[in-house]
Amino acid sequence: MALLTYREALRTALDEEILRDENVVVIGEEVAQYNGAYKVTEGLWAAHGDKRLVDTPISEAGFVGMGIGASMLGLRPVIELMFWSFAYVAFDQIVNNAGCVRYMSGGLLNVPIVIRGPANGGTNVGATHSHTPENLLANMPGLKVVAPATAYDAKGLLKTSIRDNDPVMFMENTLLYGEKWEVPDTEYLIPLGQADVKRVGRDISLIAHGRAVLTCLKAAELLAAEHDIDAEVVDLRSIRPLDEETVITSVRKTHRAVVVEEGKPFCGIGAQLVSTIQEKAFDDLDAPIGRVASLDAPAIYSPPLEKRQLPDPQRVIEKVLHLS
Amino acid sequence: MHTVLQSPGESRSTINEQLTKADKIRLLRDMYRIRRFEQTSLKYYNLGRMGGFLHLYSGQEAVAVGTISLLGENDHVITAYRDHGHALAVGMSMNECMAELFGKATGCSKGKGGSMHFFAPDKRYWGGHGIVGGQTPLGAGIAYALKYKNIPGCCLCYLGDGAINQGAFHESLNLAALFQLPVIYIIENNGYSMGTSQKRSSAYKSSLAERAEAYNMAWDVFIGEDLYEVRNRTNIAIDRARKTQQPTLLEIQTYRYYGHSVADANAKKYRTSEEIDDYKNNHDPLQIFSKALLQEEVLTQADIQEIDKAAKEEANAAVAFAEESPLPEESDILNDVYWEVDNQTEAAKHGYYFFNN
Ligand SMILES: Cc1ncc(C[n+]2csc(CCOP(=O)(O)OP(=O)(O)O)c2C)c(N)n1
Ligand SMILES: [Mg+2]
Repeated sequence: MALLTYREALRTALDEEILRDENVVVIGEEVAQYNGAYKVTEGLWAAHGDKRLVDTPISEAGFVGMGIGASMLGLRPVIELMFWSFAYVAFDQIVNNAGCVRYMSGGLLNVPIVIRGPANGGTNVGATHSHTPENLLANMPGLKVVAPATAYDAKGLLKTSIRDNDPVMFMENTLLYGEKWEVPDTEYLIPLGQADVKRVGRDISLIAHGRAVLTCLKAAELLAAEHDIDAEVVDLRSIRPLDEETVITSVRKTHRAVVVEEGKPFCGIGAQLVSTIQEKAFDDLDAPIGRVASLDAPAIYSPPLEKRQLPDPQRVIEKVLHLS
Repeated sequence: MHTVLQSPGESRSTINEQLTKADKIRLLRDMYRIRRFEQTSLKYYNLGRMGGFLHLYSGQEAVAVGTISLLGENDHVITAYRDHGHALAVGMSMNECMAELFGKATGCSKGKGGSMHFFAPDKRYWGGHGIVGGQTPLGAGIAYALKYKNIPGCCLCYLGDGAINQGAFHESLNLAALFQLPVIYIIENNGYSMGTSQKRSSAYKSSLAERAEAYNMAWDVFIGEDLYEVRNRTNIAIDRARKTQQPTLLEIQTYRYYGHSVADANAKKYRTSEEIDDYKNNHDPLQIFSKALLQEEVLTQADIQEIDKAAKEEANAAVAFAEESPLPEESDILNDVYWEVDNQTEAAKHGYYFFNN
């Protein structure tokens, strides 16, 4: 085991997959010579050269689409978006091409591409740069959506995503890039569609993905210390495919649930979870399911206010206490 | 259609001859105000008083001040995220700009937009846009509305040398040429998009603006360090837009002294310090215009020092204003999302708009 940052975990995943499969190519803005806008790809260009790490112009629709086209011929492009917020200029490529060509061809084609980059608020970069589009993308059958919360998950999930034969939208978080976790030295893969219980508890299930998982873990500590409530924290890890069993099993045990996300509430991931839980575990519930999401407005710039807009442990705790 | 009417260097055109002594002093002062505003903002950014990104305009001042000085009451401006220079040039106050950077309720965008998203529609300044190229269709749209309303004005739409490779920009060029819209696209070519040089990001023959040829649009390329030259060459395009409602693509060569943003970890890696020093020492727009005005005996060295001092004082006063200003209230997070809701209209009474529980 080594202590790796989330960033290093992603980097080693890329490095290993580039070495393993000659069809893996990393494409994006500043990924090669600049070493990555957020340094995820640092050193990879020096190690693997121009063919495997490709700097692009600021043409997301073009290079995302190019990656999709190349993947139809068997390449495994890993497209870096400097921010997932910039995916919107490439939305047609992602939704209509990556998401639909397999279906429209009656299964003749497949699109083994990974599109990855940070999708998070909390860094005071304003509304245009703070989007969290996992719910939009998960709404599109044909696309897969993954959102790791730790370095361990980031590495295992990225390697799996690269080997996956469908388009995987991989959501990272700039606030996590520098955080460290234990990561095994030997190779491992984490299947998509497998949630992870990050904290075992009896009294209530906190269900989240991405950085909101860490918010829930903090809230769980405080709930235990100050309110004698033993919360279970379920990390979805992958949003589509979604591990409904782990979610339902947890709720059957605790009889209460709060779903937490950093995205906006309307048609959010939490809405999907609430629907699933009430349909499959209605009789097990002792209280309505609570939801915590970002306050429902575009991301505000003002740093102290943006903190208030995003879910924090306090808001999770308030919601839990309200239901208990 | 490369329509240069004057050859480079012929800066004493009528448009510049019309300038009074006071005008010239104001133009120099505006460039100093931008330079000192930004250096002051950098200092407070480094002290942790603001968040997010800070993209500085230092080195490019003659472009914003020169081009915007040509505008009249029917003319409009829209730009990208490197927007402080344009904001001050259109007459926004240092106070509202600094307060925005500090995230305060007194900021031009009430602390909601931040550095990349300054707005002042009362000054016909339509932002401040964070998505590369995203403002370029809007520039065409402003020109479209002017033409639709028979207003004899134009829109200056600024973008970077990297932004020209966004699809939306190409669509905008075609629309502007096809519909004959009075928009002037100004590529502020500072040679780099983040750490990528012009050569590594764009395919071109002789210049970036030459792409206008493909759209049968007028274009011009020139160096933007001399404010007179910037005014001279831009005025040709503005005249064309106002009189014949035709678009132009201008490429103005310039340079940024700082990194792409303050967060640019490689600011000194992809450019040599010789290159940066050469621009600072030999091509600085403030120095070049100062020298011209000294030669013309419009002002003295002491006057220039006075202008500089006043600009620094104004920037420091803006910091004091920003520090003393209140933050937005938490309830403000949910204002300014929908016009109908903010104005409590009939339309806002039906259905729910927000889903906080
Ligand atoms: C669609 C999109 N892609 C990427 C970015 C990130 N980004 C912001 S500025 C920039 C470089 C732009 O360079 P240029 O157009 O030359 O303008 P300059 O910064 O030099 O003024 C990049 C890649 C973005 N904001 N929007
Ligand atoms: Mg540039």
